[in-house]
Amino acid sequence: MTAADSPLLRMSGVSKSFFGVEVLHSVDLELRAGEVHALVGENGAGKSTLMKILAGVHRPDAGVISLGGSEVHFEHPLQAQHAGVSTVFQEFNLLPERTVAENVYLGREPRRRGLVDVARMDRDTEALFDDLGVSGIGARTRVRSLSVAQQQVVEIVKAMSYDARIISMDEPTAALAEHEVELLYRLTRTLRARGIAVLYVSHRLKEIFDLCDRITILKDGSVVTTTETARITPDELVRKMVGRSISTFFPDPLPGAELGPVRLAVSGAGNDYVDDISFEVRAGEIVGLAGLQGSGRTEIAHALFGVAPFTRGEVRLDGKPVSPTSPREAVRAGLALVTEDRKVEGLALNQSVLANARLVLDAVLPGAAGKRAKAIPGILSSLELTARSGAREVRYLSGGNQQKVVLAKWLATEPAVMVLDEPTRGIDVGAKRAVYELMRELSARGVAIVMISSELPELLGMADRILVLHDGEISGELPGGVDEEAVMTLAARPMTAEAAR
Amino acid sequence: MSHPATSPARTNRSAAVGRSALDLFAGGSGTVFALLIVVLVAITFLNPSFAEPPSLMAFLRNAAPLIVLAIGQYFVIVSGEFDLSVGSLVGAQVVIAAKLIDGEESRTWGVIALMLVFGLLVGLVNGLVTTLLRVPSFITTLGMLLILAGAVRLWTGGAPTGALSDSFRQWGRTGIDMPVVRQLPYALLIAIALGVAAVLLMRAPYGRTLLATGDNPTAAAFAGVRVWRVRTLAFVLSSLMATLAAILIGGFAGVSAQVGQGLEFTAITAVVLGGVVLGGGRGWVVAAMAGALTYQALERLFTQLDMPTTARPALQGVIIIAAVAYAARSRGHRPPPPAPAETANDPVPERVG
Repeated sequence: MTAADSPLLRMSGVSKSFFGVEVLHSVDLELRAGEVHALVGENGAGKSTLMKILAGVHRPDAGVISLGGSEVHFEHPLQAQHAGVSTVFQEFNLLPERTVAENVYLGREPRRRGLVDVARMDRDTEALFDDLGVSGIGARTRVRSLSVAQQQVVEIVKAMSYDARIISMDEPTAALAEHEVELLYRLTRTLRARGIAVLYVSHRLKEIFDLCDRITILKDGSVVTTTETARITPDELVRKMVGRSISTFFPDPLPGAELGPVRLAVSGAGNDYVDDISFEVRAGEIVGLAGLQGSGRTEIAHALFGVAPFTRGEVRLDGKPVSPTSPREAVRAGLALVTEDRKVEGLALNQSVLANARLVLDAVLPGAAGKRAKAIPGILSSLELTARSGAREVRYLSGGNQQKVVLAKWLATEPAVMVLDEPTRGIDVGAKRAVYELMRELSARGVAIVMISSELPELLGMADRILVLHDGEISGELPGGVDEEAVMTLAARPMTAEAAR
Repeated sequence: MSHPATSPARTNRSAAVGRSALDLFAGGSGTVFALLIVVLVAITFLNPSFAEPPSLMAFLRNAAPLIVLAIGQYFVIVSGEFDLSVGSLVGAQVVIAAKLIDGEESRTWGVIALMLVFGLLVGLVNGLVTTLLRVPSFITTLGMLLILAGAVRLWTGGAPTGALSDSFRQWGRTGIDMPVVRQLPYALLIAIALGVAAVLLMRAPYGRTLLATGDNPTAAAFAGVRVWRVRTLAFVLSSLMATLAAILIGGFAGVSAQVGQGLEFTAITAVVLGGVVLGGGRGWVVAAMAGALTYQALERLFTQLDMPTTARPALQGVIIIAAVAYAARSRGHRPPPPAPAETANDPVPERVG
C-alpha cells in the first residue's frame, strides 16, 4: 500500500458510553490513504457508534482522533465534512423529487446574481461524475427515477464533492441485489486508486473479501484484531466476530423433520405483475424464491397475501381453494407474510414490543386476542427478546431485534404457510442465525415456508428447492445446495439457460 | 436476558409508572398533570374560595363537556386524523333538541335517541369520506363544519326556536344532592364514566389497532387491520362524544345560534395540551382529558386575572402553539429510556417521519 507508514487517520483509546452502558471500549483504528478498510462485527458491537464519532455526530468520552498527524475534535457533522471526512449513512439522505445536481449541491448551490446558477451546477455535477468514471447518471435526472444502487452512487459522489480524504460507508450494499453491487465496487476501487481512505461497514462477507485491504473486527465494543484481508479466512473472520464457525452457520434440519403433504399449491396463477406461476410447498419444506430485483418475487408474496391478489389461476391451502383479497383474509386462511421492509410495512415503531407482537391478533381475531396473546411472552423469549424489553418502544431496538418482533407477531397467529420476504436484510450475524434456527424449527412443526432473498448464500443454505424468477415468470427450478452460478444464469438469462438444457 | 418471561404484565406496568414519573420533567403526556396542578394552585392562591368543594364541583361541571369532547377528539387524532366538525355538530344537536322537544317532557328520550343516530350518521360520513374517498380529514370535517352550520341556519331561519325540557336540561345543570360538595354534578359523573370506558377501549383490541393505525397505517394494513374501518369508527366515536357533550352544554348553557362555536379548536387544544401527538400513534386518553381540565383551568385563571374575555381566542392560539412547540422540543431532545445492552448499538432513536 502507499504511504503505509503514516496513517491518514488515527483513532486511539476511543471510548463511549450511553446511559451508563459502555458501547465502545478504548478502540484503536487506523486508516491509511488509498485503502479500503472493513469494519465488521455483530449488531451491538459498536460499529455504528464508531462511525458516528468519526462523522462528528457523537463525541467520544475518551480517546484521541488525529487527522493527518494533528489532533481534531469534531463538534458537529459539518466540521468533520470540512475536515475531509464524509460519511454515507445507511438510510438515504437524498431528496427524491430533486435532481441529482440539486442533491449533490444541496445547501451550497452556486449562485449568480442571487439566483441559483443551474447551468453551472449541472456542469459541475457532470464533471464530478466523469471524473470518478461514473456513467449513466444524468445531472438533471430526478433521484426518484434512479435505481437504489445509482442513488447510493450519488450519495458517494456527493460525499466526494466535499473534497473528502476519508469516506466511511455504512452498509452501502444492504439494499442492493447482488448484480447491482458491481457499480459500487467499481466506484470504491476508483476512490482507492485516488488515495482516498474508505471505511467500509458491511455484513456481507463476500464483499469484504472482494473489496477490502484490511479488516478491523469489533466485538462487544472492543477491537478483536486488525488484519490484512489476505491473512484471514472467512471462517476465521466469523469465528472472531461471533465466536462460532461459518461451517455451522446454516443450521441443519432438525432431527425427525420430514416433508409432509402439500400445504400450499399454486397453479397457473398470475396478475398484472407475474404470470403463469405454479409451485407447491409441502409441510416442513422451505422453498426459496430467487431472482433479480423486480423479477416478481415480492409480487408473488403480495399476491398470496391478498395485497395485490392473483387475478388468474388457483391457490390451494391444505387442499382448500383460497383467494384472499386482503391481508385480513389471508391471515384468516392461515398465511403469514414477513414483509420486505420492516420499518415501513412491518412495525408500528412508536408502539411497544408487546403491542406490535399482538397486533395481528388484535386486528384479525379480536375475540380470541386476549387468550392467544398469552403465548406471546413465550414466543418473545424463545426469540431471545426478554420480557423486560416487552414494554419498550420498538424504535429503540436494533434491526435484528426489530425483525424478531415482526416474526413474533406472525408466529402468534400459528400460520400454516409462512412467506418470508428478505427475512435477514440488514441484521447482524447473530440475529441471522436466530432467524435460520427459527425457520428450521417451524419446518419441524410442519409449517410450509416460502423464502425470498437477494442473498444467494442463504437461499442455497436454507432452501430445499429454489424457484428462479425472471421478468414475472418462473424460469427454472433448482434443488437446494446448487452453486450460485446456476441460479444467476437462470435469473439473468432464461433464454440461454433454456437453450443449454 | 435478566429474567425469563414470567410476569410480563407486572414488569410492563412498573416500567410504565416509572416512565410517566419521568415524563413530568421530561415532557410528554405527564407534563399536563404538573401544569394542571400549578394552574389550580395559582387560582386558589388568587381566590381561596375556589378550593371549597361546592365551587370546585361547579368548575368540574363546567369542564365536563370539554372533557367529553376531548375524549372524542383523542380517538380521531391518535388515529392520525382531525375532526373539525365537532363544534358545529354540538350547535346543530342543541338546536335540533330544542326544536324537536319544544318543551314537551315526554319527547325527551326519543329526541336524545334521535340525536345519537344523527351523531352516528355525521361520524359515518366524516369517516367514510376520509377513508374511502381519500379526502384529507382536515378538508372533510371542515366541509362538515360548514354544512352543519349552514343547514342549521337554513332550518331555523337564523334564530333557534323551541325549548328544552327539564329532564333534558338536568344532565348538564343539576346533580345528586349530598353533603360536603352540596351537589355532585351528573355532568362530572358522565365524563368520568366515559373516561373509564375510553381507557378500557384503548386497552381492548380496538384501541391497540387504533394506535397502531395512527402510528403506521401501512404496517397495520399488512397485519390485517382494516384501516378504513378503524378510522371510520374513530370519527363515529368522536361524533357520538360531541352529541353527548351537546346534551350537557344544552342543559347548562341553553339554546342559542352560537352554541358550540369554536369548540373544535378548543377540543384540539385540550388534546394537544395532553401531550397527544398530532399525526397519530402517540398519547394517552387520560392525559387528553387532563388537557381539557387544564384548558378550563387556564381560562378560569385568566378570568381571575381580570383578562378581557374578548381576548380568549388569542389566548387559545398562544396555548395551542406553545403546547405543540413544547411537545416537539421535548420529543426532539428526549433521550430514550436507559438501554439494556442488547440495544446499546443504536442509542439514538432514528427520527420517525
